[in-house]
Amino acid sequence: MSTKVKKMLFILSKGTIENAYAAFVMANGARMEGIESEIFFTFFGLEAIQKKKLEHLRVATVGNPAMHMPTMLGGLPGVEALATKMMKREMEKLDMPPIGEFLEILSDSGCKLWGCKLAIDMFHLEEEDLIDELDGILTIGDFYNRADQDGTHLLFI
Amino acid sequence: MLKKQIGNKQIDVNEEGYLIEFKQWDREVSECIAGECNIVMTERHWEVIEYIQDKHHKEEPLSIRGIKKSGVINIKEFYALFPGGPLKKATMIAGIPKPKSCI
Repeated sequence: MSTKVKKMLFILSKGTIENAYAAFVMANGARMEGIESEIFFTFFGLEAIQKKKLEHLRVATVGNPAMHMPTMLGGLPGVEALATKMMKREMEKLDMPPIGEFLEILSDSGCKLWGCKLAIDMFHLEEEDLIDELDGILTIGDFYNRADQDGTHLLFI
Repeated sequence: MLKKQIGNKQIDVNEEGYLIEFKQWDREVSECIAGECNIVMTERHWEVIEYIQDKHHKEEPLSIRGIKKSGVINIKEFYALFPGGPLKKATMIAGIPKPKSCI
């Protein structure tokens, strides 16, 4: 049996650790199944490819009903950091790589990593702020053109 | 459980084609499965197959992160040797179950 999905294009627009991992696990999972995959980092998703920020992504504790804690408590100093630490510990138990190592794995696996030109200009980022594994900086139109075969799917995260 | 003709042997496999009994495995079986995946086995392939069989027999889970840390092969070469789903194909060729992990 072989899947009809041939290529997965992800747009990561959020800078929380759970969204970054969602994109990374799915992009890596695609490569492991022989499916092409690419990630386009835009807006706050750019936090995941900035050298100085990528290891400091956090879980959103405010405005996240699945945290099962009162919103006001989630906003107290240190709560977000604590929740992030707990989540990272659980991920390590499952052998989930940290963000930086995950990006290396994705790049080595042939997953293309793209930065969004508009968002990079908006945040005044320079090439040296971004990871070495980045394959380039694209406009959204360029990214749509990457959907060049039947069985391509585009997913916004 | 299904019976599959591999070379001149009848081998027990599951519905995805993975061997059920490792004791039915030998290099000839490997070469036949690899051939179905359009892979021609080389010395380098055998080194990797031996590594993942060893991990399996020690009951250590296989993952792409583990491959990166293996010291035997890096991820780029792993994808080049077993194109189109390397861990999936390498485990099938090695006669061991398909890894269940999402990473």
